[in-house]
Amino acid sequence: MSLVDKNVPLNFTFDGKAYSGFEGDTLASALLRDGVKVVGRSFKYHRPRGIMGAGSEEPNALVEIHGRGVCEPNRRATTIKLFDGLKAKSQNHMGSRNFDLLAVNDFIHPFLAAGFYYKTFMWPEAFWEKLYEPVIRRAAGLGTLTRRADPDSYDKGFLHCDVLIVGAGPSGLLTALSLGRAGQRVILADDDFRMGGRLLSESFTVNDALASEWIGEVLEELSEMPEVRLMPRTSVFGVFDHGIYGALETRTDAIGVGGARQTLWRIYAGHTVLAAGATERPIAFANNDRPGIMLASAVRSYKNRFGIDLENTVLITNNDDGLRTDAAHIIDTRGGGYIANTAGRKGLRSVTLHTGEKLTANHLAVAGGWNPNVHLTCHKRGRPVWDKALACFVPDAATLPADMSVIGAAAGHFSTHSAFADANAVAKKLGAKTPALPKAEDAPIQITPLWHIKGAKRAWVDFQNDVTAKDITLAHQEGFSSVEHVKRYTTLGMATDQGRTSNVVGLAVLADATQQTIPQTGTTIFRPPYSPVPIGALAAGHAGQHFKPTRLTPSHSYALENGAAFVEAGYWKRAQWFARTGEKGWRDSVDREVIMTRNSVGICDVTTLGKIDVQGRDAGKFLNKVYVNTFSTLKVGKCRYGLMLREDGIAMDDGTTARLSETHFVMTTTTAKAGPVFRHLEFVRQCLYPDMDVHLISTTDQWAQFSIAGPNARKLLEKIIDPEFDISNEAFPYMACAEMKVCSGTRARIFRLSFSGELAYEISVPARYGDALVSELMAQGEEFDAVMYGTEALGVMRIEKGHAAGNELNGTTTALALGLGGFVSKKKDCIGKVLSKREGMIGQDKLSMVGFMPVNETDKITNGAHFFTKGETHNAQNDQGYMSSVAWSPSLNSYIGLGFLKNGTNRKGEVIEAVDYMRDNHVNLQVVNPHFIDPEGARLRV
Amino acid sequence: MIINHPLLGPRDASEFTYLGDAALMLRPNPKSDTAADSFYSYQYIRENTAGQHRELWYHEQGDRSWLVVTRNISTHEITKVELARDVKRAKAINNEAATHELG
Repeated sequence: MSLVDKNVPLNFTFDGKAYSGFEGDTLASALLRDGVKVVGRSFKYHRPRGIMGAGSEEPNALVEIHGRGVCEPNRRATTIKLFDGLKAKSQNHMGSRNFDLLAVNDFIHPFLAAGFYYKTFMWPEAFWEKLYEPVIRRAAGLGTLTRRADPDSYDKGFLHCDVLIVGAGPSGLLTALSLGRAGQRVILADDDFRMGGRLLSESFTVNDALASEWIGEVLEELSEMPEVRLMPRTSVFGVFDHGIYGALETRTDAIGVGGARQTLWRIYAGHTVLAAGATERPIAFANNDRPGIMLASAVRSYKNRFGIDLENTVLITNNDDGLRTDAAHIIDTRGGGYIANTAGRKGLRSVTLHTGEKLTANHLAVAGGWNPNVHLTCHKRGRPVWDKALACFVPDAATLPADMSVIGAAAGHFSTHSAFADANAVAKKLGAKTPALPKAEDAPIQITPLWHIKGAKRAWVDFQNDVTAKDITLAHQEGFSSVEHVKRYTTLGMATDQGRTSNVVGLAVLADATQQTIPQTGTTIFRPPYSPVPIGALAAGHAGQHFKPTRLTPSHSYALENGAAFVEAGYWKRAQWFARTGEKGWRDSVDREVIMTRNSVGICDVTTLGKIDVQGRDAGKFLNKVYVNTFSTLKVGKCRYGLMLREDGIAMDDGTTARLSETHFVMTTTTAKAGPVFRHLEFVRQCLYPDMDVHLISTTDQWAQFSIAGPNARKLLEKIIDPEFDISNEAFPYMACAEMKVCSGTRARIFRLSFSGELAYEISVPARYGDALVSELMAQGEEFDAVMYGTEALGVMRIEKGHAAGNELNGTTTALALGLGGFVSKKKDCIGKVLSKREGMIGQDKLSMVGFMPVNETDKITNGAHFFTKGETHNAQNDQGYMSSVAWSPSLNSYIGLGFLKNGTNRKGEVIEAVDYMRDNHVNLQVVNPHFIDPEGARLRV
Repeated sequence: MIINHPLLGPRDASEFTYLGDAALMLRPNPKSDTAADSFYSYQYIRENTAGQHRELWYHEQGDRSWLVVTRNISTHEITKVELARDVKRAKAINNEAATHELG
């Protein structure tokens, strides 16, 4: 009796050919039922390969799923739940899967042994780029990508439970039942789409009835428990700190059918019960990779669960469990039976015994013993221990992750009875009452390990990465005897199956070569993920424009309606320039915005600058600590420029801070550093000076702020300021600040600040009025031909004025280099002051910021160019500094630049060479004052 | 990882920003004759021992508390979580407290 529903046929294609299967099939079972032998090619030798397993251990049957013009490569045919319309393709061949041009590798295999690439592609060096690498890249790597966007969406979620049970075989199901009845919050996850574990694949009885009946009853009861969450098709792939587990739930394998295709769960578990079962392992013998050679457990799965009788089956086993497999001929290695060779390149035809007898066989079931699935016990650096009697690694209770119990076959307790007994024991430990043990088989483990039947022919150990027993012994002969070295030299166990079927066999072959026992040889560490996790699921929603949040400025809709191009500044979208009809490119717009601002008035949205409200009796004292200059003496109603250092003496950020009252300051930061500066201030406040009476609030989002700059700035502002407020030069001079009202009663803060070098104000209003304020300013500004300007014009004007910005505050520059050495107060300490005086950071030869103009006025200056004294060779020793910011200055009709030059302050007038090999642009520049426009600051004070 | 915030209870580590050794709270006295050397050590020299580590975490996606987390950096086991300001006030970082600047 099988578990597929023959009343529900499903049509699918494989390599373009139509097939059909049934509801409950995997792609693998449907292909096997239809007699498909070769399902793909091996990685290195391009050997024809068939299906070997029946679950996530499958090393051979990797396929692509196609749909909506894209494909998902490297999916195991054994874990794809068949659906109607599935389009699958085999992979890793040049030509068809039955005739692969790269199969030539199989015939030149003596040259392709372990370390082949390391040894062969050494010289000549010039061949690497043109020949070796393209050829290797063509042949290497499993599967291909279409390079088109994934049409599917993925989800992320968080779950909490008292107990997470990993694996829904007999032990997991019974544990869930007891805990669920006790009212505990339980998550039962299994990577199969059908719960039941090995019981689905064997012909066992439980309580003297078919095991499927017991499974059905348990699942029915569990599904009615509100605190129990059943999660089939969910692979728990990683154990993380403090009881956090990663799990991938697959809803469908179909591409682009809508809804989340997969969900990445982060599960917070109070306790975890690992009931992950065990995986059968193969035996290495000559030509043991032919299509039709399968794990004995898989042969039973296909028979019992999927109803497929594999004809002409021979069995080779080293243990009693293998004898459960139906076979026409049994080779029991414990009785001295060996296999000398097999034949049948595209499908097994015969098996030759050591006696020379040749058996006709289309299928060969291989039973090499079972490996408990200990992977999740290792993710926190637990090391399993070797159990000699069971001939396998079992979890070591001493190194398990905290709050994890291992039960059933995962603990090396293989019989169904012991799985049930374990389940009751763990449920009792977790405080639940337990039912009577279901009656089940309790066969003892009878195994005489046999790993490798030695012979002249190649015997495969790692099927997915094409590693043979000979590769492992060769690695040992060449000096790679540590298991970690062998793994990397041969790639044993490094494929997408993480060596599920190969690791222990490989270890045994190595132990044999080194004349050691398996425990002496060691084991490699398993790391997450237990099974592959698609990048799409890890990103889950954080893709495309949702990769990060988007912050819009208050004037965003105005900008959208007025031809703005936008630039990303952190999360913000800022208007870069505002194109007008007839303008041929961004430079036209930017030049116009600069000229119109400098001639009349321009408005810029500067909301994105960080705003931090600093309040308290010690606010001034606090600011003295974080700024190099003094703020405690700042008069109420005044602003001051401030420079902040990191404790290592490097400039961190700058901005202006206004004093609104004795106990209230408003600080501004650069857009980029708003977050880090706030974090730093909180560090200083909480970790260094917790007794200061000062509190901080970020108010960046609460205030819309605009700069109004240009000779007509006051005239424009006067039109919107309520009449009781006086902003004349006498009443409200340069660097003044005050709270006022605008537009008939709207509260506003006015700061007389200038970044452009013109007469300028910054006005902030509660953010909700920002959009209205822009429209009002532009309407009122019509008589002055007022213009909105973007970040480009802002940048041009600050370079013309010689203000440092992000390019200069680049994490390597000191106050001295920025020309702000004089700002550092001599009377007080501040963060960074002591270390800023280190020898390496002061002195004549250090870099300092100066301006540059081309000697030949048509020459273009490029950012990032390095400076050399005229006539010096262009090398690192002679390097004199670098250009940090450049712009075309419409005011000066020339390119201008700001940069850092050794001893720059004393070199004004000198002609130096700016060298840019990246853009092939070497020009002669004159060193000038960085303040290109109005160096005396007269325009600011009118 | 989960950090048991003293005010807010267990919170996922993704809500926090990590800074480093809690010794960063021991800013040296800038007026001392040996300020240059002590600031150099303060800025650059770390014990970096395997095992118990007192370190600073900032609840950036939360209440903006700086916390002193005692974590075994070999096992990630967290044994203590305190508000940094409480630790600073109690001068409980280590016995160097006497030499650092008192603000």
